[in-house]
Amino acid sequence: MGIISSGFRGRRNKDQPGLPPGQYLTESFPVLSAGPTPRIDTAEWEFQLTTEAGQVHSWSWDDFQNLPQEEFTVDIHCVTSWSKFGTRWKGVSLDTFFQDVDTSHPYTMFSSYGGYTTNLPMEDILNGKAWIVHQFDGEDLQPAHGGPARLLVPHLYFWKSAKWVRGLRMMERNDPGFWETNGYNLHGDPWLEERYW
Amino acid sequence: MSLGLDDGLADGTGTEAGGQDYLDGNALAGPLSEFSSGDLTVAEGRCENCGMTGVLATTRVYAHAPGMTARCRGCGSVLLRLTEAGGRTVLDLRGLSYLSIQRD
Ligand SMILES: [Zn+2]
Repeated sequence: MGIISSGFRGRRNKDQPGLPPGQYLTESFPVLSAGPTPRIDTAEWEFQLTTEAGQVHSWSWDDFQNLPQEEFTVDIHCVTSWSKFGTRWKGVSLDTFFQDVDTSHPYTMFSSYGGYTTNLPMEDILNGKAWIVHQFDGEDLQPAHGGPARLLVPHLYFWKSAKWVRGLRMMERNDPGFWETNGYNLHGDPWLEERYW
Repeated sequence: MSLGLDDGLADGTGTEAGGQDYLDGNALAGPLSEFSSGDLTVAEGRCENCGMTGVLATTRVYAHAPGMTARCRGCGSVLLRLTEAGGRTVLDLRGLSYLSIQRD
């Protein structure tokens, strides 16, 4: 139409209040991955939370679907510099998974089908800050985007939102995950540009 | 479909030439040159997981990510990770039990 609208592809725009420093807006949804896309049958899918005492809490796909579901819209920010506004998701808050979990450790390591890992402090995943999601934009989450279910931690860079999530274990120390071991920031707040070591 | 969930090609959704979502190991040549004046993609490595040997150029490199991940052709294990994070190049070789190169 010839009209420059906010958020057209690849446009850097410092006047966008929702855009963290060094990011540009995209309308596409780039797929990033450190390996082949695993195909996980929901009949086989399981999500496990392991405490410091070795207690394992696990949820089958049906268990997961029967937990209280939330639908919400958030902006996401990838460390490779793209941001995407207004992404719509459906899933279960991490608060729900932790309801009957006895732990005092302050850190977690999430792991995925395919072997990916990422570390997250408890304070970044509780109190409505993180979800296990299984729908994007009203559709089942596709394997390329982490389906059947991925972690979503929208206030941190998107490498924290582990695709094909299969569980987490409690950690006493903030040990680094797959990318955090190799140059990327332990925390990853896009507003503070916590990209690298 | 809405909002380009399947935006393909450059996004690495497995729709590149040949239906692959990875590159061959020659893609490592540029960033590895930070570590050696020679071409390290001709170095032979051994997979720590399955024992397969081969030159780095024959690995499968997943590059649509915060860094490059080279995986074993035999078992898919991560052999090498290479990130260009800020002003620093970081090379993680934990998946290789050795890397060997012919002296001239
Ligand atoms: Zn191998």
